[in-house]
Amino acid sequence: MPATVEREKELIARIIAGETDLFHELIRPYERMVYLSILTMLRNTQEAEDAAQEVMINAFRHLKSFRGDAKFSTWLVTIAMNEGRQRLRKAKAAQFESLDEGKEDRQGDFTPAVLTDWREIPSEALEKKEMRQKLREAVEQLPPIYREVLVLRDLEELNQEETASALGINITLVKVRLHRARMMLQKILAPYLRAVAPAKKGFFGRMFQ
Amino acid sequence: MTLECKNVWEHISEYLDQQLEPKLLADIEKHLENCEVCSAILDSTRNILVLTADNRTFELPVGYSERLHARLEKAIRESAKPNNDSA
Repeated sequence: MPATVEREKELIARIIAGETDLFHELIRPYERMVYLSILTMLRNTQEAEDAAQEVMINAFRHLKSFRGDAKFSTWLVTIAMNEGRQRLRKAKAAQFESLDEGKEDRQGDFTPAVLTDWREIPSEALEKKEMRQKLREAVEQLPPIYREVLVLRDLEELNQEETASALGINITLVKVRLHRARMMLQKILAPYLRAVAPAKKGFFGRMFQ
Repeated sequence: MTLECKNVWEHISEYLDQQLEPKLLADIEKHLENCEVCSAILDSTRNILVLTADNRTFELPVGYSERLHARLEKAIRESAKPNNDSA
């Protein structure tokens, strides 16, 4: 769990004042977040790890420029997103990815998968490794602008304001993109889920409340 | 007012994030009670989100943290050298 805001402020002040070893403690709660936000952009574990290390080093070197008007986590994610984008551009993957960027917020109708014999995912299916693998692939398939928002909101569980701030977009756009991202995932995964989840006739109870 | 399925789908995200106005929320819940298709879409989306947030779905590489802190340590030591540019 992230340290309290007060504790973070104190740590940051002390690190800037010279107690640099405390930086390890400061970033520990965010190791996972930084790595995963980059991984979902780069889709390469090796490079994501290297990039995550760079992000943390950059954060250390530029800690003085952290103003404290945003949360430290948001600041860190912003650096991570920039690092990820930069590497994408370098890898020329951006050339391919920009096709998706072009679609931006075209008012497409993203409708969920509607299957008449659809059944919700039973808990056994959720426990399956293949299911998680399938979800990872589905997330990677999303166009980057949607993937970014989904990763920050639903994987890292940042709030709307933090996500907007980290991506440099407004809250309305965060909401629109998140909705589309979720609907795309639902659509991608629906046929597969149907296959792994044998239909339970008449079973429609909610699993998670 | 009766909602069509399509109207419900448009608000699934807000529904899951509990951001709906009370009136619309009530209309949607009423629709969900009577519509298996929309209920299933809602449940599947919710389940996908539960799975997305599950730490086992996106895992860290073994040794990631150790390598990260080792490299950081090096960077921190280097920054402490006398001829760094932070004078």
